[in-house]
Amino acid sequence: MEDTDVVVFWGSNAREAHPIFFHHAMKGIRAGARCFVVDPRRTGTAEWAEGHLPLRVGTDIELAHTLAREIIHAGLVHEAFVQNATEGFEAFRAHVEPWTLARGEEVTGVPAARIRQLAHALGTAERAQICWTLGITEHHNGVDNVLSLINLALLRGHVGRQGSGLNPLRGQNNVQGGGDMGALPHKLPGFQDVENDAARARYDALWGCKVPPKKGWHLTEMFEAMRAEALKSLLIIGENPAQSEADAGHIRKLLTTRDILVVSDIFMTRTAEIADVVFPASASWVESDGTVTNSERRVQRCRKALDPPGEARDDIWILAELSRRLGRDWGHPTPRELWEEMRSLSPLHGGMSWERLSEGEGIQWPCPTEGHPGSVVLHDRLWAQPRQGRAAPFSCTVGEGPVDELTPEYPMRLTTGRRLDEFNTGVQTGQYANPMRRRETVELCPADLAAMGVADGDTVRVTSRRASVLAMARADERLSPGLAFMTYHDPDDIDTNLLTIEATDPKAGTAEFKATAIRVEPLGAHGHPPDQHAPHA
Amino acid sequence: MDIHPISTPPTPDEVEAVASVVGPAGPLVGPEGLPATEARRHLLLPVLHALQARVGWISPGGLGEACRRLHVPPAEAYGVASFYALFSTTPRPPRVVHVCDDVVCAARGAGAVCAALETKLGPAGSGEGATWLRSPCLGLCEAPVAAMVTVAGKAPEEASWSVRGSAEEAAAELAAVVGGASAPAREEARVRQPREGLRLLRRVGVVDPTSLDAYRATGGYRALERALQMGNDAVIAEVTASRLMGRGGAAFPTGRKWAAVASQPARPHWLVCNADESEPGTFKDRVLMEGDPFALVESLTIAGLATGCELGIVYLRAEYPLAHARVQGAIDAARAAGLLGANVAGSGRAFDLEIRRGAGAYICGEETALFASIEGFRGEPRSKPPFPVEVGVFGKPTLINNVETMMNVPAIVLGGGAAFSEVGTAGSTGTRLFCLSGHVRLPGIYEVPFGTSLRALIDLAGGVPEGRSLRAVLLGGAAGTFVGPEELDVPLTFEDTRRIGATLGSGVVVCFDDTTAMMPVLQRIASFFRDESCGQCVPCRVGTVRQEELLARLANRRPHGGLPAEQEMYRELSQCMRDASICGLGQTASSAVESGLKRFAGLWEGA
Amino acid sequence: MKLVPLEIDGQAIEVPEGSTILDAARELGVDTPTLCWASTLTPVNVCRVCVVELEGARTLVPSCARQVEPGMKVLTDSERVRTSRKVVLELLSSSVDTSTAPTLRAFAARYGATPGRFGPVAPPAGLNERDAARAGHHHSSDGACAESVHQPRKVDNQLYIRDYGKCITCYKCVEACGTDAQNTFAIAVAGRGFEARISTEYNVPLPDSACVYCGNCINVCPTGALMFKSEADLRDAGNWREADQTTTRTICPYCGVGCTLELTVQDNRIVRVMSPPEVSVTQGNLCVKGRFGVTYVHGNEPAGE
Repeated sequence: MEDTDVVVFWGSNAREAHPIFFHHAMKGIRAGARCFVVDPRRTGTAEWAEGHLPLRVGTDIELAHTLAREIIHAGLVHEAFVQNATEGFEAFRAHVEPWTLARGEEVTGVPAARIRQLAHALGTAERAQICWTLGITEHHNGVDNVLSLINLALLRGHVGRQGSGLNPLRGQNNVQGGGDMGALPHKLPGFQDVENDAARARYDALWGCKVPPKKGWHLTEMFEAMRAEALKSLLIIGENPAQSEADAGHIRKLLTTRDILVVSDIFMTRTAEIADVVFPASASWVESDGTVTNSERRVQRCRKALDPPGEARDDIWILAELSRRLGRDWGHPTPRELWEEMRSLSPLHGGMSWERLSEGEGIQWPCPTEGHPGSVVLHDRLWAQPRQGRAAPFSCTVGEGPVDELTPEYPMRLTTGRRLDEFNTGVQTGQYANPMRRRETVELCPADLAAMGVADGDTVRVTSRRASVLAMARADERLSPGLAFMTYHDPDDIDTNLLTIEATDPKAGTAEFKATAIRVEPLGAHGHPPDQHAPHA
Repeated sequence: MDIHPISTPPTPDEVEAVASVVGPAGPLVGPEGLPATEARRHLLLPVLHALQARVGWISPGGLGEACRRLHVPPAEAYGVASFYALFSTTPRPPRVVHVCDDVVCAARGAGAVCAALETKLGPAGSGEGATWLRSPCLGLCEAPVAAMVTVAGKAPEEASWSVRGSAEEAAAELAAVVGGASAPAREEARVRQPREGLRLLRRVGVVDPTSLDAYRATGGYRALERALQMGNDAVIAEVTASRLMGRGGAAFPTGRKWAAVASQPARPHWLVCNADESEPGTFKDRVLMEGDPFALVESLTIAGLATGCELGIVYLRAEYPLAHARVQGAIDAARAAGLLGANVAGSGRAFDLEIRRGAGAYICGEETALFASIEGFRGEPRSKPPFPVEVGVFGKPTLINNVETMMNVPAIVLGGGAAFSEVGTAGSTGTRLFCLSGHVRLPGIYEVPFGTSLRALIDLAGGVPEGRSLRAVLLGGAAGTFVGPEELDVPLTFEDTRRIGATLGSGVVVCFDDTTAMMPVLQRIASFFRDESCGQCVPCRVGTVRQEELLARLANRRPHGGLPAEQEMYRELSQCMRDASICGLGQTASSAVESGLKRFAGLWEGA
Repeated sequence: MKLVPLEIDGQAIEVPEGSTILDAARELGVDTPTLCWASTLTPVNVCRVCVVELEGARTLVPSCARQVEPGMKVLTDSERVRTSRKVVLELLSSSVDTSTAPTLRAFAARYGATPGRFGPVAPPAGLNERDAARAGHHHSSDGACAESVHQPRKVDNQLYIRDYGKCITCYKCVEACGTDAQNTFAIAVAGRGFEARISTEYNVPLPDSACVYCGNCINVCPTGALMFKSEADLRDAGNWREADQTTTRTICPYCGVGCTLELTVQDNRIVRVMSPPEVSVTQGNLCVKGRFGVTYVHGNEPAGE
């Protein structure tokens, strides 16, 4: 980030959601990098940008296409890179051809001049970083959104080089590591395909068992399966779907009607409260040893600093005991033993010995051998002459707009996000003496408030097609007309996810948290609604 | 920048004051990138001046408005506002009379005047609609006791003048001004020596300083014309040949500085004129700016064009309202006559000037602190190297010279460097202005060739008053040294004064007769440095406090651990301040005190 | 990379262009004291404890900021250097509460500083009294006591305290809050001279300021003037027991950036969270969640009880 010419934050409020990453971006910006932010809200991140593109929620693909067409028409395509490293350019060129600046402005709401400015910044920069977060992925077509950003990077070769890249900023400390370790329905540890017989055979051999040859369900499919009563029992580890999932009321009903629901968590979460069995777990980052992988693919060591309270047990111990009682005794392997076994199976991690990970600040994969320093830059193969591996494809994605349509009955768009001092459903951040903590509110632009006859600080009812919640309205001039903002940091008080829609991306299974159709009605009262907070059991 | 705003709203007056500098308030300006937003910061000091002049203090609401319009974080803006003595960050009456009690005025009775005023009006700072405050040197040392009045409001006023008469009479006059009377008109600065041979002062007191025609009629703008014919390199060559040395105190060869700036590839180049004359006892630049402002404008135009600058900034201390008006008038008249602007004197080349005012901070006379102040930061000196010729104001190559240095330029251009250097000595060419004050019969500004003896200079000013004898001369100002009667034959050159461990500094010559108690003089100097230290580096920030404490103990005859221990402590303290301070302020803050303690018998024993 | 030859204490050395004298001295194993310098911050060279003697220079030069030039001859332990370092440390020790500044105290001992020679330390100022000082005005003392910055600590939130009686005005917190890391600018230096102090705008309490409680100022504070409240409370209770503490590095449990946390644990409780400056991801910095929001592992109660 420090060595780049252009930084684009697209659907990412890194200033608040990834503060330390933003430090690195600021170093680049202070060294002269131009910063652009694509976000419906003028976020703290946008305040640092040269250009803010406040697009209508859910028009990311159209905006990307307009940018692409402008780059192409301005003659700014990196011809040599496109030739060498990509495929499908001609089809893509034709696909985006209708996306003139004028049409882009009409559809996305972003002034054409600003679209042009970003297009030319990307098109003329030697190096550029495109960063995104949930503003891109938490849509029913999140994967297509990502593919559209990849198209932009491919046009100028903003990938695979120092100072250039596509950066999905992970929201949680081990999202990446979970994938690394095979916590995906279709992957084995090290991203090896579960349906690849040769790969699976190596695991079978080492584990002395048969790995199921078909991919499993991702989260959304699991809920589908619950609905269809194909999935009757669950073990949930360190997740609070009763509050974190969209359309939470419906999810809670599914969870409560399982044959057996087992929850392993460090807290008695709402999900744990409805479980049949709860395993008190240790906090993996501080009460046990292990690793996580961060957004830059760096495998990092977590270390035990505290003894877990009471009867809480390490996750590994819990799983091993469960296995033993289910008839398969794994013994009680140490984190180190498990790591060494994992890296013997995963070429990406092959060179990361436990010692190496423990000595330094971690290693970025791929790291195939112990002599390998790890990889700062990924996809540099695209720049090799001749290119190594397969070509990077352009994708002819089609914007569809949010599933939850705006109608006269539900005329406003609600989007959600994270605040600096809070985290997800507040299970963790609800418990420190945070001087910035405040009751959750629904934020609207002053003009909308005025039009509704609502004063800053009045109590309002927010209603979606699924539910209603009460909240205090707050004026925020960083929002555009028709846009409302809420977080789901304190669901015990204001359960925002009762409102959101469980329309999910077919490939990733991510729900469209970012685009809910709502209406806001005044209640004739002022201030926060009565505390809806119910203390945890 | 995602700035956390100050929640207090501004008053309409404050909104207007800020807009008077920044422009009318439109809708909140959207993001436009870091370089653009941070580029507005240089307007912070002018905006703070506007607020102070409008409402009499920098209120949270006013500062918040400034921050919102300029994209400056409130804590930083407060850090800047609270740095300057002429800004108040707490409510202060709109009408304030500042009474100088610094070294020279103190030697001429300021203490008694302030005491009498205190009896009349209560202690400094008290009062509802109006108040009075003590002030460091106001640069009217030729006519003590100096005072300045500032009145905030829709039509703000400011004026400085000399208070005359007995302590009682002076206090009555001051009290009347505090009470709403206009400040008495000030006499024009005058030259009290024969006019023959004057270079820098030749127009002062005889040519109308407000008239461009009068200036032209006395040879004005011939040098610019000549310079444009000669070309940049030739102008710089003549300045180099003149062996002109900077008159600000550091005595750096001016030609070398010009050549260095001219050769820098980075653009833009900036010209800065240091008119922040704040050394106690110094008033020569004030006299030049009040008495011959067009000469300064012409000099700066020549310098700016020769070194590739398109814009120059005159950084002028706020305690000089008349000089401000005169120089601003000269700039405006020159611009109207096509002598500044996009096409200087028809040359097709652009150069313009802008005045930026200080706000009561001696340290801002230090060149890098001055740059910081212009840029909208606290006036804290920066490390050198890099030197201003490479990295100066706004990080760009900068030519900075003080007023007197610059005013030598027309003569050099017209007469040639060689002719210029025929006056003075080999190592110190030309003439030099000296500010004579204290116990002399004819205090004022004197221009003499380098090499004139200190004795001859004091004689020129009429010597010490009848029946008194000279105890000492403070040469070079508060950052200078004390010179005794036995050293009066020292030729006033850079090299000769250096030989006796003294310095010409800014040309200050304060005479003290045999009736003067020297300890209070040293204490006032120590107090001055403590007040004026920027506070950045430890040797100066704490050292100036320890120095003042030591003098208080000596005055009270209560040394810690015996005199030898105190002497050893002070030897090390002054060495550390001299050796380890960042800038010239700290490095010289012990100079006069140390030389005084050495020179005046009995001070260590509290005499 | 171009190498620059120079000589330090008679030893020849070559270091990369752009290095400082401090870098070169450390390369040679010369132990140079620093207070306001940090690897992650732009040098401000204000403490002057790292000054060295440079041949040809009129004054001593700050080794932390002065870049090497070919042929420099540097003395790091001459009489001039030792005297200035000693006096600087005396000036600081006589005006600041150094009770939680072991590094400064060790330097003072090394250079034989005797801060007592300026007299007994003056009594502390009242709360917020120093914040009301006006630039260019002070009350002259009678010299019987050495004036100091001692004053009551500011406690305006439950996360960290500001004990400006311990502040040496090294600017590190301002830099960390500003352009060198956080870019929040909640604090700046206000006032001037001996009355210069670290302040929010108009000295407003932190909850009314721009502060986002990242604690990056605590991470760089060399004297304990900025301190976790949990640490300050334990110290007040006489229960801060370094011998019974462990320090463990792990990874922050929140977002995906992967910040290294250095946890100080006493009695199986996290009592302080720091961030090692040499780790490339964090460079000594954290956000409020990593700094303070990790005590959730102890349940919903303030740390330190």
